[in-house]
This record gives sequence, C-alpha cells and structure tokens, in this order.
Amino acid sequence: MSENSEHSEHPGHDVQREVSELEGKSTTASRLFDLRVIIGGLFVVYGVIVTIAGINPSQATLDKAEGVNINLWTGIAMLLLGIFFLGWVKLRPVPPVELPEEDEGA
Amino acid sequence: MQTLQPPTSLAAGLRLPTNGLDYTILAIYFVVVLGIGFAARRSVKTSLDFFLSGRSLPAWITGLAFISANLAATEILGMAANSAQYGAYTVHWYWIGAIPAMVFLGLVMMPFYYGSKVRSVPEFLLLRFDKWAHLLSSVLFAFAAILIAGVNLYALAIVVEALLGWPQWVAIIVAGAFVLAYITLGGLSSAIYNEVLQFFVILAALIPISYLGLKKVGGWDGLTDKLDAAHGHNFTTAWGGTGIGSVNPLGANWLTIVLGLGFVLSFGYWTTNFAEVQRALSAKNLSAAQRTPLIAAYPKVFIVFLVMIPGLVAAALVPKIGTSGSDLQYNDAIPYLMQELLPNGVLGIAVTGLLAAFMAGMAANVSSFNTVFTNDIWAKYVVTGREDSYYVRFGRLITVIGVAASVGTAFLASSFSNIMSYLQTLFSFFNVPMFVVFIVGMFWKRATPKSGFWGLLAGTVTAMVNYFWIYKQGIISIPSDQGANFVSAIAGFVAGAVVMFVVSLFTQPKSAEQLQGLVYGTTSPGMTEAPAAGDDAWYRRPALLGWGAVILAALCYIPFSF
Repeated sequence: MSENSEHSEHPGHDVQREVSELEGKSTTASRLFDLRVIIGGLFVVYGVIVTIAGINPSQATLDKAEGVNINLWTGIAMLLLGIFFLGWVKLRPVPPVELPEEDEGA
Repeated sequence: MQTLQPPTSLAAGLRLPTNGLDYTILAIYFVVVLGIGFAARRSVKTSLDFFLSGRSLPAWITGLAFISANLAATEILGMAANSAQYGAYTVHWYWIGAIPAMVFLGLVMMPFYYGSKVRSVPEFLLLRFDKWAHLLSSVLFAFAAILIAGVNLYALAIVVEALLGWPQWVAIIVAGAFVLAYITLGGLSSAIYNEVLQFFVILAALIPISYLGLKKVGGWDGLTDKLDAAHGHNFTTAWGGTGIGSVNPLGANWLTIVLGLGFVLSFGYWTTNFAEVQRALSAKNLSAAQRTPLIAAYPKVFIVFLVMIPGLVAAALVPKIGTSGSDLQYNDAIPYLMQELLPNGVLGIAVTGLLAAFMAGMAANVSSFNTVFTNDIWAKYVVTGREDSYYVRFGRLITVIGVAASVGTAFLASSFSNIMSYLQTLFSFFNVPMFVVFIVGMFWKRATPKSGFWGLLAGTVTAMVNYFWIYKQGIISIPSDQGANFVSAIAGFVAGAVVMFVVSLFTQPKSAEQLQGLVYGTTSPGMTEAPAAGDDAWYRRPALLGWGAVILAALCYIPFSF
C-alpha cells in the first residue's frame, strides 16, 4: 500500500477502505462494558472506607491535617461522586447497539 | 497563622507513615485495573479494536483520557517542582502552553485527522507526503515513546522507594507488569478506561493536598506574602521580570515564552504527539473526536492550581528546597506535603493516585508505541498483507517488547535534576519538527512529498545541535535548561520550515486530486458526515467549546498579571 502513495489517484483510499472494513467488523461498541459503573463502584467503595476512617478521628490525625477532618470530607465527596456516576447510569443507560453479524471469534 | 516547622524531621527521608488502610485502598485499585483489562478483552476482535477501540468511544471518555494521558505523575511532580523553583510562571505551561494548542487541534486539525480515517499521526504523513517522511516519523515516535515510558518507570521507582520503602526493582516490576497485563489484554480500550479512572483518583488526591497546604501557610494571602518576602514579587506573578533582557529564574523572556513554549513546544506536543491524538482518534464520530481535546481543555485550565499550589506551599515551608541547604529536591514538593499533612485514609488515596498516574503515563506511551510500531512500521514495511488477526497478535507481542525496552531506558533519565526539563527536552527534539511538517503540509498545498522528510530531519537535527552543542557546550549562554528548551524549539521550527520551503521549490508537488481531505480548504468524505442525533445541541458545538476555553484561560491570567 505504500507504493500507492507515489502515483495512484488518492493515497488515502487504501487506508479508508481498510479502516471502514475494520469498523464494520469492530466489536468494541457492542461488547465493551460501561465505564461509569466501574467509576461509580470504585468511588462508592473508596468513599465508604475513607468516610469510616473519618468518623471518630484521633487528635493526632486532626492535628496533622491542620484541624480539618480531611478523611470525613474527602470520603463524603468521593461517595457523592460515586453515587453521581451510578445515578447517571440509572438515568441514561447505554442504548443497545445493533450487533454485527457472525459474532464469534476474538 | 501557623508557625513553620523546620524541616528537621526529614533526616529520615520522605517515608510515608502508611498503614494497612492505605495499602487496602491501593490493593483495591490494582484489582480494578486488572479487572478492566480482563473485562475489556472480550471487546477486542479486530486490530482496530485493539489499537483504536474500534473508533467507537464517547467524547467524555476520550476527553478525560486525553487530559489523563498528559496528567502523568512526571507531569504532576514535575510541574510542582517547576512551581517550587520558578514560582507562578508555571501557569504558562497550562494557559498559553496548552489551551490554544488543544483548541487548535479540536477545531482546525481534527477534521483532517479523523476524517481521513488514519490510525496514527505518522499515517497522516504517509498520505500527505511520502513513505520516507512516514518511516522517519514512525521511527522517531516509537523511539521517543519508549524513552518517555522509561522516564515514567524510573521516576516511579524513585518515588515509590522514597515513599513506601519498596526497592526500586520491585516497583519497576510491579508497575511494568500491571501496565503490560492490562494493555495486552484489552488494548487501547483498557488503557483509556484506566486513564479516566486515574483522572478522578488523582483529583481526589490533589485537592486535599492543595487545600490543607494552603491552610497551613495561611491561605493564598499568607502564601504570597511569604514567597514575596523570600523571592521577590515576581515569583508570584506570571509575567513579572520577563521583559527582554531582564533576569528571571526561568531564563526566558515573554517572547521565548510565547513563541517557544506557547507556540512551538505546545503545538508540537498537543497536536502531533500521537500518545495524545490517539485518544481523539478512538472517538465514535467526528464531532466526538473534535470535542475530545476541547472537553480536556476545561480541566486543564484548573489543574494548574492543584500542582502549582503544592509546589508554592513547599517553597514557602522549606525556603531552602532544591538547594544544598535542604535534603528536599524540587521534585519532592508533593511527597513532602503528603507526608506532612495527610492522615491514613486520604494518604492511601494520594499514594494510589500517584501510582495510578505513573502507570497511566507509561500506558499512554506504550499503547501509542504498539500502534505505531505495528501499523506504521511492521505492517507497512516488514510483514505486509497478513490477515488482521496476525496484527492483533503482533500488537500484543510488541507490547511485551516495548515494556521490556522501557525498563532498559529508565536509567537515561537519571542525569537530569528536573524530570520535566528532561521531558521537555525530548519533546523539543521529536515533536517540534513533526509540528513544522504538519503545519506547513496542512496549510501549503505546494509543499512537496520530499519536503516532509527533509523538514523533519533538519528540524530534529537543529534542535539537538542547539541543545547539546550550542547550549550544553556553552557556546551561547542561556541561564536555565528550560530557557534553552524554548530556544531549541524555536530553532528547530525555523530550520524545519526553511528546509521544507527550499526543498519544495526544487521538487514535484502532489496534484490537487491527491491532496483532497489532507490540506486546509479541501474536504474528504469522512468530514461531511452529518452530526449524530443529539450532537447538534448548542453545548456540544466545537466552536463554542473551543473559544470558551480560550477565553477562560485568558481570564485566568488577569489575577496573575500584576
């Protein structure tokens, strides 16, 4: 295909044909999971862990963080972010993608 | 106001007081990273799935991956180091040194990239110029990607050794193995998904550090008072002391900042670095591809505060940072504040965020390296015309080889005091000539196929000669490495442009027919596709998003200009 770039009518036609063909067979859109679930799940778990660490902080912990209960606030913020992503999935689920034919392989 | 604690506790180094809670948080992250790799594996069927996520991802994911691929730990620690050393000049790397280029990529260049259906930046050069420009740019890029992946790995090993006490080789093996595993399994999709995840974790790490750091020094006013007293007022302004001929620690004036950093280095990095552009090429349609760098521009405007504030706070708390009067290097700014301020729990998040950022930075380079090496070098010049599944297998194999090679190059980074300076140096040698060739090729129809190769070569050689010979040998005096980078970048750009012009005068141009969709003012079929349903909403219009980001960045300069 590299020779074509020297003479034929347009050097990009091979690339475009090849990529269009591969796009037709691509399975990413139909099979890749929804990332929002992972972000939501991880941040809910992190949020809970860090919030619990922030309940009843020791005086040493507070002194270190300039008197701010940083675990509690960070934990709550992470929990809210996680809930936001899970709520987003709930409200706007991924529209089903029509599967390409002859599915097996990979 | 808090009294400053003398940094005597640092005799024991920067070891963090991590406990089981912190390690639990870290372990959960590693499990999720691997889980993403395994779960993404079943979506990989064709080489397009493996190298470009089947061109099917939504804009918010590619946009956050775009910013995350840049927000590697070397960038975070390096920019905090820059701030501790040079002060508020750091904002230039974001507001003038990133936003205009990102907007230009989205609004002007993306229709050519995405519309021509190329799978990589070098492949575009193949269409616009010839196979010599293509081969040279592919080889230069593959080489640079491995070097930078190595820088990331080396930096990770140093930081992990200092913070967690793991031996360097353990950190290198663990991080390398995880990156290797999730990219060979899920290809670009799992690299991008992990980058998006890393974006949120690193924010959860940097926001508490910046907030507590500011509180410790008495807020923004307390911070600027201390720094003004120690370093002079210019330290906390963006443009103070950058008049031509005046002396400032950055070693640069407003002209080299605007031209060297803002134009040449920044446009070279953001618009032609395939590790970035690849994220946009994996978007599901042209509108999403255009919006990728534009969505990324908004976090980029504000992230500077999360790296600059820790750097400035460290400079205020440890006035001798980076000099022989202190154990602390400039690069230690963020780790130092983690140690001083974060209790167990948030500390675990911060350690996780830092490790995640190291791995994402390495993964971005590895996933772009395997794409260029497989599609642009192997499939075009070595083993051509095999079935598609062969190239997926080869892509997985070359990922293993690439990770192994980056481990080997990790040691090259050790001779530079400032990680960021090292990266900028590399970019000025590899991306600047790429940018010249792109910008001339895209806007000047007359630029001939041969001019691409010679422009690329001349620009690279000139930037290297300027840096390693004229600057390092002291033939002309430039006060700092960063200042020398800016000048080398400008020199490389000018040399590349002149050589392209001269070569074009003496060689045969391509016909107008052959340049359809590759030169400004022409269109290709991929560019004229109608926007997908919903993409015509006003808040998704690329022009609005792009100009909004430029205006926002300009407004941000105002408080730092006096």
